[in-house]
Amino acid sequence: MDAINKAQKGPFVSLMTGLPGGGKTFLGILLVAALLVPLSNMFLPPSSPFHVPTYLVSLMGKYICFALLALSVDLIWGFAGILSLGHGAFFALGGYSMGMYLMRQIGDRGVYGNPILPDFMVFLNWTELPWYWYGFDMFPFAMLMVILVPGFLAFVFGWFAFRSRVTGVYLSIITQAMTYALLLAFFRNDMGFGGNNGLTDFKDILGFDLQATGTRLGLFVASLIALAFGYLVCCFITQSKLGRVLIAIRDAESRTRFSGYRVEYYKLFVFVVSAILAGIAGALYVPQVGIINPSEFSPANSIEIVIWVAVGGRGTLWGAVLGAFLINWGKSYFTGSFPDAWLYFLGGLFIFSTLFLPKGIVGTAGIWIDKLKQLRQGKPDMNTPVSVKEEQ
Amino acid sequence: MRIILKIIIAAMLFSVAIQAPARADLEEAAGGLLSKSYGDKIQATEAIAATGDARAILLLETLLAGDLYAVKDTDRLVYRKPANGGDQVTDILTDEDLGDLKSGDLTKIRINNRMRGLIKDLLGRLTLLNEDPLLRLKAADAVFKSRPVEMIVPMGDALAAETDTAVAAAMRRALAALNFVHGDTPEVQGEALLILQEESVPEVRSLLSAEANRLAAIQNPSPENQALAKAIDQALAKVEEKLAMLGVVENIFQGISLGSVLLLAAIGLAITFGVMGVINMAHGEMVMIGAYTTYVVQELCRTFAPELLTFSLIAAIPAAFIVAGLCGVAIERSIIRFLYGRPLETLLATWGLSLVLQQFVRTIFGPTNKEVSSPDWLSGTWEITGGLALTYNRIAIIFFAAAVLVMLMLVLRKTSFGLQMRAVTQNRKMGASMGIRTGWVDAMTFGLGSGVAGMAGVALSQIDNVSPNLGQAYIIDSFMVVVFGGVGNLWGTLVGALSLGITNKFLEPYTGAVLAKILVLVFIILFIQKRPRGLFALKGRAVEN
Repeated sequence: MDAINKAQKGPFVSLMTGLPGGGKTFLGILLVAALLVPLSNMFLPPSSPFHVPTYLVSLMGKYICFALLALSVDLIWGFAGILSLGHGAFFALGGYSMGMYLMRQIGDRGVYGNPILPDFMVFLNWTELPWYWYGFDMFPFAMLMVILVPGFLAFVFGWFAFRSRVTGVYLSIITQAMTYALLLAFFRNDMGFGGNNGLTDFKDILGFDLQATGTRLGLFVASLIALAFGYLVCCFITQSKLGRVLIAIRDAESRTRFSGYRVEYYKLFVFVVSAILAGIAGALYVPQVGIINPSEFSPANSIEIVIWVAVGGRGTLWGAVLGAFLINWGKSYFTGSFPDAWLYFLGGLFIFSTLFLPKGIVGTAGIWIDKLKQLRQGKPDMNTPVSVKEEQ
Repeated sequence: MRIILKIIIAAMLFSVAIQAPARADLEEAAGGLLSKSYGDKIQATEAIAATGDARAILLLETLLAGDLYAVKDTDRLVYRKPANGGDQVTDILTDEDLGDLKSGDLTKIRINNRMRGLIKDLLGRLTLLNEDPLLRLKAADAVFKSRPVEMIVPMGDALAAETDTAVAAAMRRALAALNFVHGDTPEVQGEALLILQEESVPEVRSLLSAEANRLAAIQNPSPENQALAKAIDQALAKVEEKLAMLGVVENIFQGISLGSVLLLAAIGLAITFGVMGVINMAHGEMVMIGAYTTYVVQELCRTFAPELLTFSLIAAIPAAFIVAGLCGVAIERSIIRFLYGRPLETLLATWGLSLVLQQFVRTIFGPTNKEVSSPDWLSGTWEITGGLALTYNRIAIIFFAAAVLVMLMLVLRKTSFGLQMRAVTQNRKMGASMGIRTGWVDAMTFGLGSGVAGMAGVALSQIDNVSPNLGQAYIIDSFMVVVFGGVGNLWGTLVGALSLGITNKFLEPYTGAVLAKILVLVFIILFIQKRPRGLFALKGRAVEN
């Protein structure tokens, strides 16, 4: 009956109605946050307990970018079984594209006052802008690159890897090698991306001062919209027939292949979409933190993204968002209050969540809620998987 | 008889008489160093060298190194070296220990560049006639490098008096270089050239090409000069060829050296990842624990048995194996055994473990690097020819890696534990039904892999900083080696480590170290596409799971 309804209502409406219950609540929370946080920041006096200070707006904006990044990892790991340990690379590439635009916007306000060359190039005695920096003074071009650069890398990488049927652990290790190679490459001054120091000292975006509260609120709302958009894209993919095939690939890749599906194309598609989402997250992240440097490529960062997803709940989408928020909040708290304890906590979380919370917070909570419901209804039906019941 | 006795006594007296003024001379000459004027100091330096006193060398060397001080009150010349707790100050002329003087009591004797050059020359001259052949060899080499014109005569004299063949060869080379540079006729130069062209050190190349350039600049050269220029060109070609060959040999050695480091770091992983299929991201931390065990053993040795300090490294090998091995068994029993069959989860859990272990070590030992000293039997270099020198610790690591590989092969092939391990790898259920305690085998295998990683840490403590991040630096490389070589095959690990190491070192001269590493990583990524299971892939049913 669902199929008929969907055909009549068109894809978007069917998507909205077809959203899992948690999903609607989730989008609602995003909407409320997008309205309330700017209002509270602008109109409530700083003395009010409900006033959101500007630094907190930027901090939350940063978390939202991480949440989008976690979402992109959940899309491929939770639904297609591709564990990428190099997703930080796509995030960083999106960030560098945005950073290059912001660098060009500085113009002659840099330390050396060169109208074309960024400071670090003047410092290295370069006389000409490298060809790959052309066009980044235009915002639309830079935004196109935010999507194209990570997307293209993911396409080439995935094209080779999935066609050769590199799977599982091997894929994880070569994605890690990819981000490690990029880390080393971006550390080189000759690459023309600022080497060790990366890109920083940004002034403004689209003419708006980056330090101004209004710009920060704007970026916060933009990040929320991007997250909502990413969530809808992920829902759309996972609810469609394509999503079913992806889950089949995750659970039994060979069997799916023998059933006649071109597994590599499905994986390639979802991998590229995920990389683009990660790139967008990176592009929104950079103006809010004011710097992008090669350490974003470090393999440790990429593994940390995976743990956000694992803690929140793999394959639940909004669980990944929750995980990203929780762990990053914990990180801010611990590194501020108990700097030595943070690594114990993070490490312990990795071990604890894999051993005791294999489905993450959201997945485990889902199981308990279902159990409670069954107890109330008085028909203990333990055998039906959770996902099937959600459909009914 | 009496006469003879008298002569002997007279001779003894005479020698004492000679020595006494020499001592006085040296002291008098050294006194000139206290002057503020550099002119006086230069005179004093020359006077010190002219005394021919054996202590003059030490005095000049200390002066050159900038370690010579004068005590403010007494004007005694002293040198300072760090001893337990503070600095020990010793009178340089009488060798008397003056205890721990404060820095404020001492004035440094300063020297300028002109004095520095002079002292080097004087030292070269003094040491050419020293009793110790090693010092004579060093002096000859120093002259060969600096080629001061005034050394031609002393060098000829020293060569004539030289008895040691190795030293004589070095002196002949130095004399040839002197004659070649300062010789005023083409005949002298040509003769020197014949000796020089047999050498294969970079200095000879620059020497020859400089002279060739000088000759080319002469207008209307004489026939002799033309002949000389031709001879130089031929000699240059000869030297270039030798140097190129040495370069290749050195690259291969460096490559094998890097490869053996990679092998050591990866071989434990080859067991846990290859044989058990467990992704141990905490493998690097096992290496780190091994390195810290080395440090602890060294410190224990320093406290309880200082005379055995040079052998603490050997004691550290079994200690590191046991400590890291026990850690491994504990990890397997407490975490990994719950995650068999879920490789991606194992990866995450062990990554978390690696964070905890790093922070744990940081809490106990502090975040700074710990110093593990090289025992004297490992320091120094083995100079094969002038252009090729291999350090002993690198050579030792190559042998150590080979020994570990052989031992591991023996354990796997020849012991009943190895047999059980292979059986469990191939078919767990069948092994269990044959009475093998698979859980026990798992724990021991993981312990073995971790223990080997700990032994790798002992070796790495000699060439790398012992810090909490030590393991992180090697984990990605180790994975690359195992994946490249092929899982479940120690030969694959060996071939993988050596080929990656040698490739890296051959790329480095052309691309620089970082780009070489990037290229190797890209190469591995592409290689995996072609052979997803590595160089030496397991075949058959074992692959399927």
